[in-house]
Amino acid sequence: MKTIRIMIVAVGGQGNILAARVLGEAALAEGIAVRMSEFHGMAQRGGVVESMVLLGDGKGYCISDGSADVLLGFEPSETIRAASKCNANTVVITNTAPVPPFTVALGKGHYPDVESAMSLMAGRVKKLIAFDATSLALQAGSSLALNMVMLGALAKSDAVPLSQDLFVHVIKEKTKKQFVDINLNAFEMGMRAFS
Amino acid sequence: MFLLGNEAIARGALEAGVAFTTAYPGTPSSEIALQFFQISQKTDLYFEYSANEKVALEVAAGAAMCGLRTMVTMKHVGVNVAADALMTLAYTGIVGALVLVVADDPYMFSSQNEQDSRYYGKLSGLPILEPSTVHEALEMTKYAFDLSEELKLPVILRTTTRINHSSGEVTLGLLAERKTKGAFEKNPFAYVCIPAVSRNLHPKLLNKYAQATAIADQSSWNRIEGDGKLGIICNGVSYGYVCDAIQELGVDHFRVLRIGFSHPFPDMLTQRFLEGVEKVLVVEEGEPFMEEAVRNCAQKAGITLPVHGKGEGFFSRLYEFDPALVKKVIAGFSDQPFEPYRPIKTDDLPEAPPRPPNLCPGCPHRATYVAVREVFGDEAIYPTDIGCYTLGLLPPLNMGDFLISMGAGVGTAGGFARATGRKVVAFIGDSTFFHSGLSPLASAVYNKHDFTLVVLDNGTTGMTGHQPHPGVYLGHLNLWKNPISIEAAVKGLGVDKVITVNPFHYRKTVDALQQVAAYHGVSVLIARAACPLYDRTLPGFKKKRPFYIKAETCRNHRDCIGKVACPAFYVAGEKVTIDADRCTGCALCAQICPENAILPMAKKEVSE
Repeated sequence: MKTIRIMIVAVGGQGNILAARVLGEAALAEGIAVRMSEFHGMAQRGGVVESMVLLGDGKGYCISDGSADVLLGFEPSETIRAASKCNANTVVITNTAPVPPFTVALGKGHYPDVESAMSLMAGRVKKLIAFDATSLALQAGSSLALNMVMLGALAKSDAVPLSQDLFVHVIKEKTKKQFVDINLNAFEMGMRAFS
Repeated sequence: MFLLGNEAIARGALEAGVAFTTAYPGTPSSEIALQFFQISQKTDLYFEYSANEKVALEVAAGAAMCGLRTMVTMKHVGVNVAADALMTLAYTGIVGALVLVVADDPYMFSSQNEQDSRYYGKLSGLPILEPSTVHEALEMTKYAFDLSEELKLPVILRTTTRINHSSGEVTLGLLAERKTKGAFEKNPFAYVCIPAVSRNLHPKLLNKYAQATAIADQSSWNRIEGDGKLGIICNGVSYGYVCDAIQELGVDHFRVLRIGFSHPFPDMLTQRFLEGVEKVLVVEEGEPFMEEAVRNCAQKAGITLPVHGKGEGFFSRLYEFDPALVKKVIAGFSDQPFEPYRPIKTDDLPEAPPRPPNLCPGCPHRATYVAVREVFGDEAIYPTDIGCYTLGLLPPLNMGDFLISMGAGVGTAGGFARATGRKVVAFIGDSTFFHSGLSPLASAVYNKHDFTLVVLDNGTTGMTGHQPHPGVYLGHLNLWKNPISIEAAVKGLGVDKVITVNPFHYRKTVDALQQVAAYHGVSVLIARAACPLYDRTLPGFKKKRPFYIKAETCRNHRDCIGKVACPAFYVAGEKVTIDADRCTGCALCAQICPENAILPMAKKEVSE
């Protein structure tokens, strides 16, 4: 199978690594080879968390600029920061709810205009879906389920050759028992958000 | 089974029957030790977090001398600490097995330098193995134990972050039985490295080196793929990028030599490889380690051919590689047209704001730094050290003027003070204090230096994920109930002026700083309060009431964000607000606010 490269970007605490793991396990269950790398240097201290998930053929663990098939952004300014990973055929799925870095929160930095940035990006990639995934996660029962909302949208996008049932199965198996219901709710909401 | 690179290494060690494991934590190696720590709680595997990397290596060396299979894990700069022991352990050799995992960090995702630790192989004469994939990390770790036992030498397993922190599918083997008790056979004229003994041991090491070279030449970890006329020699993660690039270029001009057993370098194999190719490209992150070895081989074999590696139009010694870079260089090397990836235009997108890591809400280091700044301002010089508290460097705290290595905050302080006559306040964390703060402190006392050392004691090793150190109480896990007192250690080293404070008692901390500042000689302030991230994982933890800013009282001085800058603050409209979810209730800002406008929330508001 031709390599499919999925770049996941988030802020510490948004559940990026678990999302990548669920995606990886789903691919494995489908018999697709998976390679993944994660960078979370000082995530708990407010930093950026990146996961690179590569499905199918190949040996590398890394996604170069212009080579992502999917960019999954859990936070809009992080989606903008990772925009150089995209090419004209990339599918971008992004949350629109900002988590301002503390410099911005203290009025010492500028947070970008998300809407105009997204409309610029939308014209340059195959498809861009932007929605308030944080609100959906809260509706599903917890802001911590943001990662599952994003996975729902990814599953619906057809950008990865993995069925929605497969994701549901892995979420039941691999996420903490007390959160499974919320996670599944959140996943459903993410699927509905992708249109 | 889907495993993280570091989990695969731990698994490989267990499949090899490792019985004795030691570590000092350090990114990107820490998860290996975490596996051993957890497994050691439930089995007869021995594991310890040693005080530093040198001690970790020495403890394991003792066990390996008694015939046990041992593993020591550390990050690349840790080997600098362990190097003294390592260099001569190569002379004595070992009786059982000792595998030293060294995790390099190209691009410095979480390190102070990007040194290429393969040179330690050259310096010590020890074998080096380098995996290219997560699965190989498991298999190679297993093999490393056999190799170590065969050669009776420590073996270095060298990884990079992109292996340690990658996940991939692995096939598990069976767990081996552990031999946890050994015997030591005395042989002082082979093990006590006085000059007369070492003069015999060095030739013994060279013999083993020759033996290791022969093994490397035959090793299945070093293999030739393809039979084109253009040679590519690569190692580690670069091998994956090379394979993918060749696949994508779709031509069969290449002959690839993948090096997994990289020291001693497989000379004969490399010579055979060179005989069949017109020119060579060496693809390796970091220094031109293999490139030098390849040139050396070519010269010895009398082969003249172009060898490319580091240099203009090829690769850099800097940072990590990525697939696109490797593909571009290979295309240029082979005069192949190629379709580069075409990133979308991004230069007109608004800039994403920087997201620097920051001290957490409720971090006691922030409280200490605010007090130090109030007392000494920009007048003092602030040598600092390795840990979360290095982040005090950022404004508005601006605490940190010099940082090179662990323990160097204390060591350099005396030099700064003598050379300038200025007040010097050095910082060190509690874990770093036990790692390498004791000897420079003893030296400073004895040499009558004049500075203040602030020990930032948050009761854990914060930065790397809350590992214990000799000062940590772990009674709730039925472990370490009698931690070593930092006060007693400092006093024992001869420091007369020692004060301990809770940095969240702001005025008391300022008073204590003034007292230690007035003292001539080496003085120590121990600022002790728990790491909030660690604290909330402990049994009996209760979240304190968060604070809020009373709008009617607030006069917008903004000392809260100008001096404290806790990430729980945000500016909403004209006024500063506190995010109650992020506030830990540490009350630091409430003590700084000139209007006393920051107050704890009422109980009923919290429960809502």
